Amino acid sequence: MASLAAKILHRPNIFKVLGANRVCHSLNSSKRTHFTYVPEVPKQEHGETAKSNLVQSVNSALDIALGNDPTAVILGEDVSFGGVFRCTVGLKDKYGADRVFNTPLSEQGIVAFGIGLAVAGATAVTEIQFADYIFPAFDQITNEASKFRYRTGNLFDCGNLTIRTPCGAVGHGALYHSQSPEAFFAHIPGIKVVIPRGSNQAKGLLLSCIRDENPCVFFEPKILYRSAIEEVPTGDYTIPLGKAEIVVEGSDVTLLGYGTQVHVLIEVATMAKEQLGVSCEVIDLRTILPYDIETICNSVIKTGRLVVSHEAPVTMGFATEIATAVQEECFLNLEAPIQRVCGYDTPFAHVFEPFYMPDKWRVIEAIKRVVNF
Amino acid sequence: MMRRHLLLLSKNLQTVANGRVQHCRRLHQSLVQKTAQTGDNHEEKPEYPGSKQLKFVHQLELLDPDKEPGIPVYRVMDRKGKIVQHEGGNEDPNLDKDTVTKMYHDMTALNTMDKILYESQRQGRISFYMTNFGEEGTHIGSAAALKPQDWVYGQYREAGVLMWRGFTLDQFMDQCYGNSGDMGLGRQMPVHYGSKDLNFVTISSTLATQMPQAAGSAYAIKRSGKDACVICYFGEGAASEGDAHAAFNFAATLECPIIFFCRNNHFAISTPSSEQYKGDGIASRGSGYGMRTIRVDGNDVFATYNAVRAARDVCVKEQKPVLIEAMTYRVGHHSTSDDSSAYRSVDEVSYWDKQDTPIARLRQYMVNKGWWDDDAELAWKNESRIRVMKAFERAEAKKKPNPMLLFTDVYKDMEPHILKQQQQMKEHVMKYKDKYPLDKYEKMTD
Repeated sequence: MASLAAKILHRPNIFKVLGANRVCHSLNSSKRTHFTYVPEVPKQEHGETAKSNLVQSVNSALDIALGNDPTAVILGEDVSFGGVFRCTVGLKDKYGADRVFNTPLSEQGIVAFGIGLAVAGATAVTEIQFADYIFPAFDQITNEASKFRYRTGNLFDCGNLTIRTPCGAVGHGALYHSQSPEAFFAHIPGIKVVIPRGSNQAKGLLLSCIRDENPCVFFEPKILYRSAIEEVPTGDYTIPLGKAEIVVEGSDVTLLGYGTQVHVLIEVATMAKEQLGVSCEVIDLRTILPYDIETICNSVIKTGRLVVSHEAPVTMGFATEIATAVQEECFLNLEAPIQRVCGYDTPFAHVFEPFYMPDKWRVIEAIKRVVNF
Repeated sequence: MMRRHLLLLSKNLQTVANGRVQHCRRLHQSLVQKTAQTGDNHEEKPEYPGSKQLKFVHQLELLDPDKEPGIPVYRVMDRKGKIVQHEGGNEDPNLDKDTVTKMYHDMTALNTMDKILYESQRQGRISFYMTNFGEEGTHIGSAAALKPQDWVYGQYREAGVLMWRGFTLDQFMDQCYGNSGDMGLGRQMPVHYGSKDLNFVTISSTLATQMPQAAGSAYAIKRSGKDACVICYFGEGAASEGDAHAAFNFAATLECPIIFFCRNNHFAISTPSSEQYKGDGIASRGSGYGMRTIRVDGNDVFATYNAVRAARDVCVKEQKPVLIEAMTYRVGHHSTSDDSSAYRSVDEVSYWDKQDTPIARLRQYMVNKGWWDDDAELAWKNESRIRVMKAFERAEAKKKPNPMLLFTDVYKDMEPHILKQQQQMKEHVMKYKDKYPLDKYEKMTD
């Protein structure tokens, strides 16, 4: 299902255009990217670091996973030569063609094959070329992977399966190279859904997913592949799943997001401080399922106001779940209605992307609404 | 001196070069002449990388599948249980008396269990059932040709494979009743069996999803270096799913030791195979994917046995997939939720039930060998019926599992939000005790 357009767009020389925010689509070149990347300071206990973008950090995680576990294999479309985003560069040469291999072009086949590998005890890291093309595998994920342990009474499981896939807006990806389908997957008991906001996180969270004994879907915001440059620990480390992270501490409004959107929220927090004198607490959810309700509620109990923001369409987007859960848990603490700043309920259109995005101006407007309520 | 040498050398080189040029010119001229004479060039070969094709043709001809001969049906014994001779002898696997008797015992025990569980569903004692009538030979013949370490992925009409491997009557019944003895903890519908000990991966309802999974497991087994393969069963209807396509293609390109075993019983619920596909069944697809393929008489337990044994050899020795299509007929209804007389004639069913069953054929073979007679038949029928009835009664008497097990195994460890919901359920049910069938379940403990 990966379209011909994808193949053409992502030939190595062209994908640079997609990945680098300096060289953008002509329509977007007149405007800045919708976010400014805020590098994360690596934890000291994770050891030595090197400057790395998200592609390199994913590659490093995969390298470590293959190195530590002889059963681990990587499979997907075009992963053998290094991947259309270069995430698997060098791994086939290092670990052999039986461990890093191309599959036929079939998403349902890729995920199912990965399930089978995991059921037989191997560690399977599968790649779906774009999150937009994960839907042919939806049946295998929702009916099979997620229910394997449950329906067999724990006789069999595919806990060693990880599905990696690039997601999110990229400036000019239009309908089928921009989607954020995490909410579809958040409705599936039995899987874990994880989205990093940068290179540090990508490596630590991906290693956690690969080692977690449950099937995981790992969404990689593709616009960060080249732009998320920061110091990343070179060694082996993990970041726990199911735990949100408070990125900016604040006292008046809680801003919640994940992936690229966290960087929008961090910038908005600064703007709110400077322009409105409002102190925002920014939380990176990191794991969509199972999500860290405790950290969110503790923050909302403190601030009394919540703005949830994501690129995906608003109706039944993950913000809906958060808003409901927080309303249930923090009813007496809420000073204003919870705001959702999300994509509109339209497909992701090519030339209209600047107007679709839940950018900082839309978020700041929501903050004004909650503080003035 | 030096200069003369150099001049000579360059002259020589020039001569050689001229010679080559002349040779090339001659060759070109001869080709031009040839082309001029005949108007075409038959010496060119296709260079396209996307095919194994070897030559061009110059006359337009659409390949017509209807003009190709159908893939023949491999058979070992006829409808009278007699081994069919061919020029080189015959294909009798010459299994010993014990093995053949076990084959017969398992096929008939399965038949007996099917009759009793089918009836029990009609009486509302279990919620659902699917019989194996007419297809017992495909199960037992294939299972007998495998080794215990070979993995099985099934669809749902392969209970005979489990029977052969030693799944007990109690285990079958416990699953159908979803009682405390069920290893699946009562979570799935009846006939969704599974056994880790017997390398039989638990059945799920979603058709064909197991096929590419089975290929993945086969790949893992190949990498582990074990002397084992995977067999994956599916019906001819399931073969229409996209997952079947993925499975065949992945298994072939990634060289997986897997036997794809298709039970072509002519019906997918009410849909006859004529509405399922237009080609020569499922077997004709095998070569399209680059797989070795055979079509067998599924009511001939020895033909099935031989084919699976040969396929296993290919899997284990060559690490390649094999496709087997077993032709058979679904004698029973699709399931207890289906009345097949709504879409097929009683006469047609009656033919397959009376004239050509895998059980009758094997019985004839055994009678011919002097291994079976009417007394043995009667005694075994009684014995197997008693065994099934006893297991049935035991299963019916057991309670359902602890309701708290509704919440375990969603994840490896219970996630906090699920733990919370489990506690909520418990509190709620305790408050409304009389509204829930607690007496039918094991005590609700943490």
